[in-house]
Formats: sequence, structure tokens, C-alpha cells
Amino acid sequence: MDKKLEPIVKAIQDKFGAAYEEFRDEVHLFVNAEQIVDALTLLRDEQNFELLSALTAVDYYPQETPRFHVVYQLTSLAKNLSVQIRVPVNGSSPKVPTATRVYSAANWRERELLDMFGIEFDGHPDPRRILSPEDMEGHPLRKDFPLGYEEPQFTFNFDEIDLRKPYAKE
Amino acid sequence: MSQIEEVSLDKFKHLVSERALTGETMLLNMGPQHPSTHGVLRLLLELDGEIIVNCIPDVGYLHTGIEKNMEAKTYQKAEVMTDRLDYMNTIGNNLAYVMAVEKLVDLDVPVRAQGLRVILTELQRIASHLVWLGTSGLDLAAMSMFLYCFREREQILDIFELVSGQRMMTTYFRPGGVWRDVPVEFEKAVRDFIKIFPKRVDEYESLLTKNPLFLDRMLGIGKLSKEVALSYGVTGPTLRASGVDWDLRKVRPYIGYEQYDFNVPVLTEGDTYARYLVRVQELRESMKIVEQALNKLPLGPVRSENRKFVPPPRSEIGVSMESLIHHFKLWTEGFPAPKASIYNAVESPRGELGLLLEGDGGPKPLRVHLRTPSFDNLAVLSQIVKGHLVADLVAILSSIDIVLGDIDR
Repeated sequence: MDKKLEPIVKAIQDKFGAAYEEFRDEVHLFVNAEQIVDALTLLRDEQNFELLSALTAVDYYPQETPRFHVVYQLTSLAKNLSVQIRVPVNGSSPKVPTATRVYSAANWRERELLDMFGIEFDGHPDPRRILSPEDMEGHPLRKDFPLGYEEPQFTFNFDEIDLRKPYAKE
Repeated sequence: MSQIEEVSLDKFKHLVSERALTGETMLLNMGPQHPSTHGVLRLLLELDGEIIVNCIPDVGYLHTGIEKNMEAKTYQKAEVMTDRLDYMNTIGNNLAYVMAVEKLVDLDVPVRAQGLRVILTELQRIASHLVWLGTSGLDLAAMSMFLYCFREREQILDIFELVSGQRMMTTYFRPGGVWRDVPVEFEKAVRDFIKIFPKRVDEYESLLTKNPLFLDRMLGIGKLSKEVALSYGVTGPTLRASGVDWDLRKVRPYIGYEQYDFNVPVLTEGDTYARYLVRVQELRESMKIVEQALNKLPLGPVRSENRKFVPPPRSEIGVSMESLIHHFKLWTEGFPAPKASIYNAVESPRGELGLLLEGDGGPKPLRVHLRTPSFDNLAVLSQIVKGHLVADLVAILSSIDIVLGDIDR
């Protein structure tokens, strides 16, 4: 770990009791969902992490508790440091408080997570799907969502399969 | 069966002003097929006369599920998906991906391969900026710019074709090096380009930089302050035009950028014209890097010797049983990566292109997330167009240089 990162990690650990993981010089801190807004505010205001580089999630299906990790990748321009905050979320009705008030970049990123993983963000100003159509069912990046295969149509079963296809009919 | 629904204002109620509900302001769709939207982007505009009150970008028309597809492929095969991501920066996307894989499995890269990567990535940056320069000229009715820029871009694409056989979807970088060494004609092709290109940039500048019509459309339009830019996660030339000196090639050098002497253009105005100037200067800086990298390019292997991750050369397979086994294992099963997660970011022509790669111990990634710069750069659009004319929106949109394939993934 970078020497400059040690006091920051310690501050987060002391305040939020965060678990800590390291791999190839990258630091991951685990914070509870209720504390995430406070942790991000602290990092932004006191430790100069001005940039929310990435906000995404990882699905560990079939593991259910926790099923998801919501990942916040933060960058400090002033100190040239990076740190990753992870929030474990359970599989049944996953919910995390929104970070839009700390980083405006979280707005679209959280909409993407709602769309792709079905993780809800409490207090989000604009909770709509962003990439997939509004009437779509399911959340494509979940591991239990099928990759999607199309039934091959031949002359003898063309109409039969055509009826089952989900596009608009005359 | 899906039903056709009437579009109602209810869905956007919280995004438009109250005047839209009484019909005082007008809602207008720009796109998804408007020529100056640079792809299939729909902008829902709330207009008061010709002045923009609110702008609601609607993305997702090019969503192809690249992340999901990559999770279903082995590490080698997933690379071809990254070409299709930001189609103006295919080589740069390959670089971000192979660097992430190399970091995850801890793989070495020979020095010659690093040098080749720098040359090609910088050429790609020039090609990408040329497309931007041409199309934004086109948006402001400077038709000839487009033709000049594409003439030079064609020369770069010819170099790509020479080394990889492909003009755009090259997949030339591979984990552990590059696909194969460059042909002998490569050096001459790049030298020819270095010789003519600085003069051509002067030509572009003489057409645009002090052109009064161009200045009228650009100066003071679409001001983006430093604080707003950082809060919205804006990166790349757009951020540097707002006065933040942040270039990953400089602050966190990778593939040997620390050896080259180049400047990072930074301006403080934050308007459309500043973004134009930063990119034009970057054209010159990239050219400097290409020249230095080509002069320094050492001879030697272009692929790692680590046979657990990099397939052996063809000549070895016929004589060595072990090589044959490695070849077979790598192309049927793939190589396993540790159960861990890494985040690797590179500077693409549009900003920070990050890759979150998480392995599960097997030959396929558990999760690939692409942090694409255009996504965040577009999110800030609704903030900077307020109060401008519709015609200015066209200039602002082209100045933040978005690629829709990059946004929708």
C-alpha cells in the first residue's frame, strides 16, 4: 500500500469499522450501506477525493448474503491516490442510500445500477432506467439473467416461432 | 405483447420546469437521428423560444450488453468486445483491457511491445481527435475541415492495416505483448506521417483558430467550471480545458510514458473554444510522443515468454510437445486468473477509461465493468447548455466529444 494512503485507511477504519483488503497495491474498504454517504462525504471533504471515478456493482450469485458488492472507485487529484469502497448488499430487495448529493456523477451511474442490477438507491432524484427500454423486465447484468439466445427459424417452423417473438405485430 | 403507449409528460415531470406543464415552454425532441448528435442520442429539450431551459439526454440506443458478453467469454476472447466499445479509440480500448488482464494475472510485457503500444495508442489518439475536429467543423458548417481531417486519418488507418490487417477493429494488443511484430514498412509509414502531420495541423489552425465566424460560435459558449466538472466525474480534454491538470499519462505513467517528453495542455476558460484549443494542442503533443517512441523503439521479442498465459509461436508447436499442450490448453480452456479484483485506468482521447476486472479463479471473468469517459462527460451536458440557444447546443455537444458506443456499451 502507498505510504500516503495509510492514514486515510486508518481514519475510515476507526470511524466506520471498515474491513480491509489489498491486492496488487489496490485498497478495498468495506463499509455498511447506512454509512456509505458519511464515508464518501468524509473522503471528499477531508481527504480530497474529488473524483468518483467509477460506481458499479458485482453480482456473486448464487451467494445471497451478501449477493452484491456496490463498488465506489474514488480518485484524489490533489494527492494522486485511489481507494475503493465496497458496500455489501443482500439479494432480497437490495437498497443503498444515494450518493448523488456527494458526487453528481453518481446520478447516472446509480440509474445504470438500478437498470442493470435492480439495486435501488434511496432518495435518488431521478430513478428511471437509463440504458434499457422502460418496459423491459429483469436486470441484464444479474448472473441469473440468461445471456439470451434466439430460436433459429426454419421454413417449417417460421410462423410458429414468429408468434412467440416479443416484437410488435401488425 | 408490448403495447404502444402514448408518451406522457408524467415521466419527466421532475426534470422540466413548471412552465412546461402549462404549455408556456415547448418540449422538443432532438434526435435520436439528428445529424449533429454524433450517433443515436436523443435530447429532450425544453425551450423558451429558442433558449434552452432544460435538456434531458436519453441514451441507450446503442446498448449491446458488452459487459455481459465479456463475462461469458475467456480472457483472450473477451478482448474483441472492447474494440466495439468506443469505435473511435479501438486501440486504446484494447490497451485498457490487456493492461487490466496483465495486472490481474501479473504478466510481464517486453520493452519493444511497450514501445509499439505507445506509438499505436498515440496514433489512435490523433485519429480520434481528427474525427472530432472534422465533425465539429461540420457541425459549425466548416465543411472542408471534415475532408482534410479524414485525409490524414486515412493515413493512420493505413498504418493500422499494415500492422494488424484491420483498419479499425484491430485487436492488435494481446495480454503479454502484441499479436506479432510490425512489418518492415511500418517505420517508413510512420516517418512519412510524422513528416507531413505538423504542417497539416498548422493548416487546420489557419482555417479555424482565428476565424471570426468560428470564434463567434465558440467563445464563452458552454462554460464548465472546475467544481462542476469534478463533481460530475468529467475527465480528459474536457476537464483540462476547465483548468484541472490531470492526465493519467503524466500523473500515473504506464507503458513507459515517463520516458517521453511531452506537455499536457491545460486552459482555464472552460468554454467550447478552450476545449477546441486543448485538443488541437494535444494533436501536436501526441505527434511528439510518436516520434520519440519510434526513435527509441528497441529490437527484441514482442510477446511475453510466460507460456502459461501467452500462446507459443507456431514454429515451436511442431517440435515441442509441451508447447503443443500449452497452445491447446490456452485456446480451448483459457488461462485461470486469481479470485481478486483490480481497477486499471488509462487516458483515452476522451478521458479516464477504467476497467474493473474481477476474476473468480476460472478462465472467465466474474465481472467486467468499463468506466467509459463519454458516459460521465455527457451527464454534465444538461448543466452547461442552460440558457444557450439551440444552435449553441450543437457546438457544445461536439466540443465534449462523445462517442455513443462508449456511453451505451
